Amino acid sequence: MTTSPSAIPADQPAQPAASDRPPVVAMTGITVTFPGVKALDGVDLRLFPGEVHALMGENGAGKSTLIKALTGVYSIDAGTIVVDGTERTFTGPAQAQLAGISTVYQEVNLCDNLSVAENVMLGHEVRRAGLVDFRATRRAAREHLKALNLDIDPASTLSSHSLAVQQLVAICRAMVVDARVVILDEPTSSLDVDEVERLFAVVRDLRSRGVAILFVSHFLEQVYAISDRMTVLRNGTLVGEYRTADLPRVELVQKMIGRSLEVLEQLEEAPKRVVAERGDVQPYVQAIGLGRKGSIEPFDLDVYPGEVVGLAGLLGSGRTELARLLYGADRSDVGELRVDGQPTKLRTPRSALARRIVYSSESRKTEGIIGDLTVRENIVLGLQAERGWLRRIPQRKADEVVAQYVEQLGIRPANPDAIAGNLSGGNQQKVLLARWLATQPKLLLLDEPTRGIDVGAKAEIQRLVAELAEQGMAVVFISAELEEVLRLSHRIAVLRDRRKIGELTNGDDVTTDDVVDLIASGGQDA
Amino acid sequence: MNLGAIARHRLFWPLVALVVLLVASALKSPAFLEVTVRDGHLFGGPVDILRRSSVLLLVALGMTLVIATRGIDLSVGAVMAIAGAVALSQIAASPDPGALSTVLLAMLTALAVALGIGVFNGFLVAVVGIQPIVATLIFMTAGRGIAMLITGGQITTVTSAPYKTIASGYWLGLPVAALIAALIFGATALLTRRTALGVLIESVGINPSASRLAGVRARTIIWTVYVICAAFACIAGFIKSSDIMAADSNNAGLFIELDAILAVVIGGTSLAGGKFSLTGTLVGSLVITTLTLSITILGIPVNAVSLFKALVVIAVCLLQSPVVQHRMRSRRRRAAPVPVEVPA
Amino acid sequence: MATDQLTPTRPAGTATAQKTPRWRLDARYQPVLGTVVVLAVMLAVGGSRYENFLTGRVMANILINNSFLVVLAVGMTFVILTGGIDLSVGAVVALSGCISAWMFTHGWSAGITIPVCVLVGTLIGLIVGVMVHVFEIQPFIATLAAMFLARGLCYLVAPESIPITDPTIVKLSQTRWGTDDGLVITPSGVIALAVVAVAFVVLHYTRFGRTVYAIGGSEQSARLMGLPVARTKVLVYVISGTCAGLGGLLFAIFSRSGYSLTGVGMELDAIAAVVIGGTLLTGGSGFVLGSVLGVVVLGLIQTIITFQGTLSSWWTKIVIGALLLVFVVLQRLLVLRRR
Repeated sequence: MTTSPSAIPADQPAQPAASDRPPVVAMTGITVTFPGVKALDGVDLRLFPGEVHALMGENGAGKSTLIKALTGVYSIDAGTIVVDGTERTFTGPAQAQLAGISTVYQEVNLCDNLSVAENVMLGHEVRRAGLVDFRATRRAAREHLKALNLDIDPASTLSSHSLAVQQLVAICRAMVVDARVVILDEPTSSLDVDEVERLFAVVRDLRSRGVAILFVSHFLEQVYAISDRMTVLRNGTLVGEYRTADLPRVELVQKMIGRSLEVLEQLEEAPKRVVAERGDVQPYVQAIGLGRKGSIEPFDLDVYPGEVVGLAGLLGSGRTELARLLYGADRSDVGELRVDGQPTKLRTPRSALARRIVYSSESRKTEGIIGDLTVRENIVLGLQAERGWLRRIPQRKADEVVAQYVEQLGIRPANPDAIAGNLSGGNQQKVLLARWLATQPKLLLLDEPTRGIDVGAKAEIQRLVAELAEQGMAVVFISAELEEVLRLSHRIAVLRDRRKIGELTNGDDVTTDDVVDLIASGGQDA
Repeated sequence: MNLGAIARHRLFWPLVALVVLLVASALKSPAFLEVTVRDGHLFGGPVDILRRSSVLLLVALGMTLVIATRGIDLSVGAVMAIAGAVALSQIAASPDPGALSTVLLAMLTALAVALGIGVFNGFLVAVVGIQPIVATLIFMTAGRGIAMLITGGQITTVTSAPYKTIASGYWLGLPVAALIAALIFGATALLTRRTALGVLIESVGINPSASRLAGVRARTIIWTVYVICAAFACIAGFIKSSDIMAADSNNAGLFIELDAILAVVIGGTSLAGGKFSLTGTLVGSLVITTLTLSITILGIPVNAVSLFKALVVIAVCLLQSPVVQHRMRSRRRRAAPVPVEVPA
Repeated sequence: MATDQLTPTRPAGTATAQKTPRWRLDARYQPVLGTVVVLAVMLAVGGSRYENFLTGRVMANILINNSFLVVLAVGMTFVILTGGIDLSVGAVVALSGCISAWMFTHGWSAGITIPVCVLVGTLIGLIVGVMVHVFEIQPFIATLAAMFLARGLCYLVAPESIPITDPTIVKLSQTRWGTDDGLVITPSGVIALAVVAVAFVVLHYTRFGRTVYAIGGSEQSARLMGLPVARTKVLVYVISGTCAGLGGLLFAIFSRSGYSLTGVGMELDAIAAVVIGGTLLTGGSGFVLGSVLGVVVLGLIQTIITFQGTLSSWWTKIVIGALLLVFVVLQRLLVLRRR
């Protein structure tokens, strides 16, 4: 293992001297081509021992392609990869691992049917006479876990642990192979605050031991909290390599999106929504003590026509679960739901659809888009499902609907026969929105509609939500980004630990801090 | 459409195989492709292929729909055996086996039993959530035992003119069996393509959870295709048992599930579910039937058919395998760059 | 800025050890427990209803008559643990038997014939493995092709049933070791038990075995963890093929003939034994010893039906189907409850 200044204070950027030492990994002029497209075009990346290097870029910028090019998942068409001064081409993750490059992926890539010890040690088990010595293997695993301050029983099954622990186990596995380079691909996207802290403690520890860490994350704050240096990509090309301390956030964002700051400011300064005088209107949806065991505790919620209700809370706080109950995707086991004043039982999404309630899931790929079908088929799917299979939507009517929404939402490519799975994330999101809008809903439940899509598409979707509400639609808007929730919502329901803990009426004096305080206090003094 | 585009068509290779088989048979036995009219009925190799492929086509049609939903139905052969057993033992037990009403009633009873099996399979898959291959394995194993139970372990034989018509009769000069298969094929095509059933089946096959959230009755659709599949297998069972006028519980439809799956795969429907092609399945069924027939004509022992089937399966699978497809695509790409999908 | 990284709100401690109480059976053993219960019930029922049922002779016969199935089930367990399936084993059994019969009639010695017919299985397994792994053909289809291939070859080798008169085979089929009261074992039974023992050690105490489980848990993860997925997957089919080849040999010893139509549907018995033995068909969970119990259950069903006397043979199939149903539904409930 390369020695390095072990005395780097936790949160200080690395000493400038770092770049004088030879990089442990140097990728130069990397070009990766997929059929018809250059996914990466002449990109450079240098990783130094004892440094946390952030790889930044919008979705589709080529971050994961670059990682996969390094670890040999994709073969490169041009460029060189130099590891420890020798040019290398890896044929796969296994070979990269042998060379000391380990990757921890966003979705934990371990086998949850096996024990923690096996997951840590698989392929490196302690053996005696060719046979696995489980006792010794468990002992070794415990040592490795301890090195990361993880006190869990190595014999327990992996699936019995939380996602965060599994993530840490994955990092532990990376350390077993004596990695000198650890790639963390979006490791924090499913972790809560404490878990992120735990993870960072481990990362800092690794850094102090001279490991080079490549950190990929969407969360700017985290990147600034942990990284020493960053490489910014845009559209498969290199924008540049910067020292984190030298690059202000605004500039970073500008480099990532390649757009003038004006657009950003426009976004930031859009007027907040304030509740209009409601008069005698009754809520379109009224939940009274609605809940589901193990999913979300009973809550009350009213959503009025023409109103955007934001749901704020940490990941896992029950935002999605609440929306799923309102859509009948999960069945409630307690409480009452009134739609348009009528007590209603929602047993399936269909019954919600029949009452003009629609839900756009947070996982676009697995619960939204039907990848192999065309844009047209995806858009009319909701309408068609509502009509039943027997009465097919006439071709002409389908074309009309599709043309209208492709135009209105600016879906690109504007080709209804394009295969939906090939569209970019933002456009897939728009196709989903089109699917729901085509059913002319009265309540629109949007779960993270802007996650993982580029800033331009994000702004368009935000604008659309505001417009729809103005036209009288009731909207429930879920987002991890508090600013976005505050900007769009008339009212904000705050959740924590699968419980609705309070509600805020939005106004000019309401800030993200108020929401954060509410979350932190658990609603006790709100 | 240029030659390259034709060669790239999903059904290009299966059709080539079909043509090669026909030509080879015709070279060996020049009379093979001749169609003659005898007693007002059409006779000849092609007609024979149509008649013989009817059983396989019926089973394969149902299988196509099941496979499109990411499923598989291994119980079709057993359903055929049970259908024949139920129908024939009822006809045999009736005082007037030759009456049309007896035959119809017997067939309706058998159909009801088959539908029951379909409902059972569909229930296990769609409601209980058992993998299709396992759920239908149950009836694949137990089904023939049940058929034996119905026939009392005997091969039930009957003499019944109306029942015999199903497999051996002619109407408008064409074999009734082929007409039944054609009718069902047309009905299935109409049912799936003129209504939204086809696209809903595909959407469930491609992404079940997204389909459910989109309001599609995924469960009902999956359930339905198993019922349809059992019903088609039942009709195939009628043709099969009518052909020999006997219910042979051990051999009726033996290995037909494999042939049917093979026909579906040759036709270009992926076993991973999603997009399906009924025309492809038709071509696939014809290829397999012609293969069996050609082999006899070419003087190869009948039992060696499975060797050729193996070669066809391997060839088709290799041609459709992602690796080979990728290689072929990259070779074409070098010739003419075409923008294709962009991995995310 | 995202809410996900604001102030700490949840007490730390998500990572503390979650020890399950000692008295609770590990979830992995639950399906096998079901098999044991079924076995016990069958033995109790059989013992109480029929005389001479719970005797060494009956039990020994179950092993002797099903030794080939034990070997097949062991091979099938490897494949199913990775989440695959092998439909070719029945046909390979027939092929192996046909080839041995053909070689014996053509004057080859047992010393050459026996390894050859086992290696035929190995070769077919290798072909399947390459199709599954290199060409990414679904195991279902690849083994289907292998099944057709093996059956076709059978016919070329032995269109008619060929009796085996080789002295070694005859001796193997007639040898009995054991006590006078019927508790005996045949060479075939010994071979089957040896295969089980080797498989047990390989699955539980070698890296290869653990990789098999890892692939069944998540193939993608196993690949990203740098495990030799390709090699393991090919090897699993090679093992299954080899077991089928060996099973064919045992069956040839059992029947003292080679015939192209033996073993039709035998793959279903093997799969049924594995499932009834508590291995999940989704892969990643199950035990080779469970599969042995599964074979014993199948053998007991047959024995009970024979003892009953009034029941026709087809009841065997129906009962196996019913048992499959019960086990599959139970497995499903277990998986659901674990979530």
